[in-house]
Amino acid sequence: MSHKLTDGGQVLHVGTLARVEGEGAMHIEIKDGRVKQVQLRIFEPPRFYEAFLRGRAWTEPPDITARICGICPVAYQFSSCLAIEDACGVVVPDAIRTMRRLLYCGEWIESHALHIYLLHAPDFLGYPGAIEMAKDFGPVVERGLRLKKVGNQLMTLVGGRSVHPVNVRLGGFYRMPTVAELHGLRPALERGLEDALETVRLVSTFDFPDMEQPWTYLSLRPEHGYPIESGDVVTSDGTAFDVRDFTAHIKEFHVPHSNALHASLDGGGPYVVGPLARYTLNHDRLSPLAREAAREGGLDVTCRNPFKSIIVRAVELVEIFVEAIRIIDAWQDGVAPSVPVPARAGEGFGATEAPRGVLFHRYRLDADGTILDAQIVPPTSQNQPSIEADLRTLVEQWIELSDHDLSHRCEHAIRNYDPCISCATHFLDLTVERS
Amino acid sequence: MTTGALPTLAVWKFASCDGCQLTLLNCEDELMALAGQVQIAYFPEATRAVVEGPYDVSLVEGSVTTPDEIERIGQVRAMSRTLVTIGACATSGGIQALRNFGDIAEFRSVVYAHPEYLSTLARSTPISAHVSVDFELRGCPIDKHQLLEVLSAYIQRRRPRIPTTSVCVECKRRGAVCVAVAHGTPCLGPVTQAGCGALCPAFARGCYGCFGPQDTPNTSSLADRLLALGMDDDQVMRIYRTFNAASEPFRRESERHEAPQPEEVGS
Repeated sequence: MSHKLTDGGQVLHVGTLARVEGEGAMHIEIKDGRVKQVQLRIFEPPRFYEAFLRGRAWTEPPDITARICGICPVAYQFSSCLAIEDACGVVVPDAIRTMRRLLYCGEWIESHALHIYLLHAPDFLGYPGAIEMAKDFGPVVERGLRLKKVGNQLMTLVGGRSVHPVNVRLGGFYRMPTVAELHGLRPALERGLEDALETVRLVSTFDFPDMEQPWTYLSLRPEHGYPIESGDVVTSDGTAFDVRDFTAHIKEFHVPHSNALHASLDGGGPYVVGPLARYTLNHDRLSPLAREAAREGGLDVTCRNPFKSIIVRAVELVEIFVEAIRIIDAWQDGVAPSVPVPARAGEGFGATEAPRGVLFHRYRLDADGTILDAQIVPPTSQNQPSIEADLRTLVEQWIELSDHDLSHRCEHAIRNYDPCISCATHFLDLTVERS
Repeated sequence: MTTGALPTLAVWKFASCDGCQLTLLNCEDELMALAGQVQIAYFPEATRAVVEGPYDVSLVEGSVTTPDEIERIGQVRAMSRTLVTIGACATSGGIQALRNFGDIAEFRSVVYAHPEYLSTLARSTPISAHVSVDFELRGCPIDKHQLLEVLSAYIQRRRPRIPTTSVCVECKRRGAVCVAVAHGTPCLGPVTQAGCGALCPAFARGCYGCFGPQDTPNTSSLADRLLALGMDDDQVMRIYRTFNAASEPFRRESERHEAPQPEEVGS
């Protein structure tokens, strides 16, 4: 953090945000006791994914787009699969969809455990990071690592490896795991469920700043179950639309201070995707155990305090362990690993719930399957305006704090979103004209 | 390093997906033991705490894609006794090196409404294009066991034992059926460096080369085989042009299969 006076005002600047994925900085200007400007600066270099997806074959995006993010590659693999399958007029059978859900459970476990224990809890407990925290909270950090490990094990079993899984293809998988292999993981998942319940108990004792977020929430909502690998779009304003209409409602725009595009919903103010939105819009879909954990964790059926996202993530961990165990118990051998996805000319749309929120993909294909153009809207880009709005509220509320404390509180507020900055710097500013 | 003090470790990020750094955090069983063997002195993904350099070992993830990064890699080199690159981006330019085969101005305008807000280079280059590198660890992503071997080696002041043979060797050791011979599946295993444990053939698919070229790979012989298996030149170009597209052997082979560019016509 550097601190200097300019123009009679005060500037708070954090040059490299720690404990986030990717590279970003925060810049806040205060003048005459009022907040003049708040910027989350994303200086992660652009990598131009959408540009070089053009001209590749329709079968390639699951492997290529995985490389956008090492923490949530499965989200990219499945959003791209859904969008391309949509363009090709293919809906995969329920069993394949279920196995996708199971692999995604592994990613959610790995990502949520990483965020809760290694990236976010140190803010609440007053440590620079989890390794320093381990000196006083050894068993807590061990529990976090154990949770993360079982997520990675599940990803490795179903996906081949935990970073950039190799087993995902258009139409399904290269190879299905067997009942025997899946049951081998069951004891670790049961232990994980206990650890997840313990996680809710731990994080609900943290001290939460008072803050209410007024913004619209947006998440997926499938026909059944908690949103993970599919669903239509719903918002807290009562709007609902098909994923195909995503670009009609969500507009991206480019601001000078960020390499990531921002987004707005129907021209309105900031909107929020991620755990708070998912929980609030789908509380009724939680399993009884997760709902009970939420109640014990002090959550209402809605949650509008962004600092409490850590409790919501812990509740989602409970949900996801319940779900993974349910899928494994019901699984039967003999399912074909994939269905054919023949190329055809068309446009397709797909969205799934990455651990950080809705991840949207759109592809336009030529008759031979060549990709003509691609659009990827990651969750962190959608959350950028609400992150900045939260920072503004916080700075106004705690303007009397020392620069050091205020800056730390702002960093903490950014980490509430578990921003995935590498993800957020790749997407296309292209609106679809409809007549 | 000072006798008695723990060697210091720094982790740096350039243009990348964070997956290789995450591999360090994914050493769930070894992380705490490692934290007792080295002092994690700079690792923003994991901690706000910063110990001033110089550092005994720097792990560098990502490729160089902006003018700032050219400057920064020089600073990282200057404050690192040993510099190890981790992953395909840092060792061969990564997937973002696909820009090297295209027109960066066009890429900028396709992806961004205001390309003038961006500062970016026309080419994505590996770390070794800018500074001397002590060891390059391959993979997209790197393998956790190889990472632990490299770190152990530097703690014990020896060279890391990392194979430079092809994926085929690992495939045979694993007892996996050769997907190319048995099923006619195109596979880059014969030209790709080992390290993953022949993961893709074990999952009934061909290797897609994420560890990059092995020592002296015969890329053109394999390309002939791929053509015989039914791929066309465009597919052969693209299979060599993914996560290690800018590595010299893969780049050269991909260009041999590139269709001649048509004359520019007004658009």
